[in-house]
Amino acid sequence: MTNLAIAAEGLHKSYGEKVVLDGVDIAVPQGSIFALLGPNGAGKTTAVKILSTLLSAGPASGGIRVGGHDLATDPQAVRAAIGVTGQFSAVDGLITGEENMRLMADLHHLSREEGQRVTAELLERFDLVEAARKPASTYSGGMKRRLDIAMTLVGSPRIIFLDEPTTGLDPRSRHNMWQIIRELVASGVTVFLTTQYLEEADELADRIAVLNDGKIVAEGTAGELKRLIPGGHVRLRFTDPAAYQSAAAALPDAARDDESLSLQILSDGSQRDLRSVLDLLDSAGVEADELTVHTPDLDDVFFALTGKLEETVR
Amino acid sequence: MSTLSLAVRDSSTMLRRNLLHARRYPSLTLNLLLTPIMLLLLFVYIFGDTLGAGLGGGRSEYIAYLVPGLLLMTIGSTVIGTAVSVSTDMSEGIIARFRTMAIHRGSVLVGHVIGSVLQSVASVVLVGAVGVAIGFRSTDATVVDWLLAFGLLVLFALALTWIAVGMGLISPNAEAASNNAMPLILLPLLSSAFVPVDKMPGWFQPIAEYQPFTPAIETLRGLLLGTPIGHNGWLAVAWCVGLAILGYFWATAKFNNDPK
Repeated sequence: MTNLAIAAEGLHKSYGEKVVLDGVDIAVPQGSIFALLGPNGAGKTTAVKILSTLLSAGPASGGIRVGGHDLATDPQAVRAAIGVTGQFSAVDGLITGEENMRLMADLHHLSREEGQRVTAELLERFDLVEAARKPASTYSGGMKRRLDIAMTLVGSPRIIFLDEPTTGLDPRSRHNMWQIIRELVASGVTVFLTTQYLEEADELADRIAVLNDGKIVAEGTAGELKRLIPGGHVRLRFTDPAAYQSAAAALPDAARDDESLSLQILSDGSQRDLRSVLDLLDSAGVEADELTVHTPDLDDVFFALTGKLEETVR
Repeated sequence: MSTLSLAVRDSSTMLRRNLLHARRYPSLTLNLLLTPIMLLLLFVYIFGDTLGAGLGGGRSEYIAYLVPGLLLMTIGSTVIGTAVSVSTDMSEGIIARFRTMAIHRGSVLVGHVIGSVLQSVASVVLVGAVGVAIGFRSTDATVVDWLLAFGLLVLFALALTWIAVGMGLISPNAEAASNNAMPLILLPLLSSAFVPVDKMPGWFQPIAEYQPFTPAIETLRGLLLGTPIGHNGWLAVAWCVGLAILGYFWATAKFNNDPK
């Protein structure tokens, strides 16, 4: 257990009748990125709030250790080990970016010189030098998020929680944020991140857990999760109903969608596989108006597991 | 680092943050100063002659009577700002960040309280200066009397501030905080600030008597003007200590609850 940065057994939380987390197990090895993936309302933020000592865990929960410390008996030791960047920016909008950084330095009990050094270094690293003397409330969404992360890093935390770090950011800011997260992990930090973007989890995380309705419905590497469901297929679309009918007759294994005149054939996307489909079409004398190859991605896993969309499993 | 030095260090950091807010955005504090100053001028220049006559004197006697009450009312007015700023602060993400940091838990509130007491003292000095400008003079107050008067004002500010912090914590937004804290500026209207309790209707006298403002006002009057203090001194201290302790436990309990 000692090499786990975060270890939680049977995380429970409910508000009255409403169960938010229903027995969630989490194990995050040191120095890795763990992504908690789920739709809105799945309980991701609640899980982060509990693990970061902001909320108390429900009484039915098992043991929770963060950074090797017991969350229930020694929350201050947990707090000393972690840094948190919540979903809503945790900056003081009334004071400047630099003052926010100095505030963090003071609260981490850094000496004056050390505080100045860390502040200057992080403002530089997160491209905030120009805006440093402006009130944080005037910052753009991406700048606020960068200041937020910079403030989190002042105390050099070994474990960082990032609750939807790229929600609401434009594509460029999102890629910047990904780069920042990769650099953090390269320096040995453990990152626990929540996201509703599959691409983000796929891009960053060593392990992904899919949370739905307060339960973990799947867990593994991106590759393991993709193997869970047979999502690869070839999709053929027709505009002529007659051509559609003869193609459907030639490909009896295909799943039919009569409304959109399209056929879906399970396929691994290989050249040989595609050729056999095309040969069958040729011999039936029909030509598809559109052919697309779909390889399984996390979207398929996500939708299949969270049951939000029947389309991909049809 | 020991718990005490951690508490002192973090609280002074939080105090610096609150003073920075107050310095950068002084409009809230200054707006709240308007009420006691307007009332002071209104009661002195519009009602002063009549009310002074009722006390067996004139306008200058009424200034002397009125100023101590308005100094305490200034504190009641200033702490409304405290309730508002605590409530606004709690809705900010930065408070959630503080809660996940290994800092002294109470420092967030202590920073607010000390900042607010300092603002109250500054406001009292300003309103006092207006009082002196329009003719208020303390008669035969010794240095000890002045120190005691100052101590009473600080203690009173501390008590009302802790109550206001609790009110700010239970309020979902700034408007609600302002409404919840309203009694703190209405109570002096029902006290001996404007007219003596024994000149009020008999049924109303208990309301004026059994509340924190009246004994505090009577004590301050006694210290600055040499009027008899009697048991009001102890009553005022008891009210202040009681409210401060109540407010402290109420506010810290609310703050330690899970945030919504």
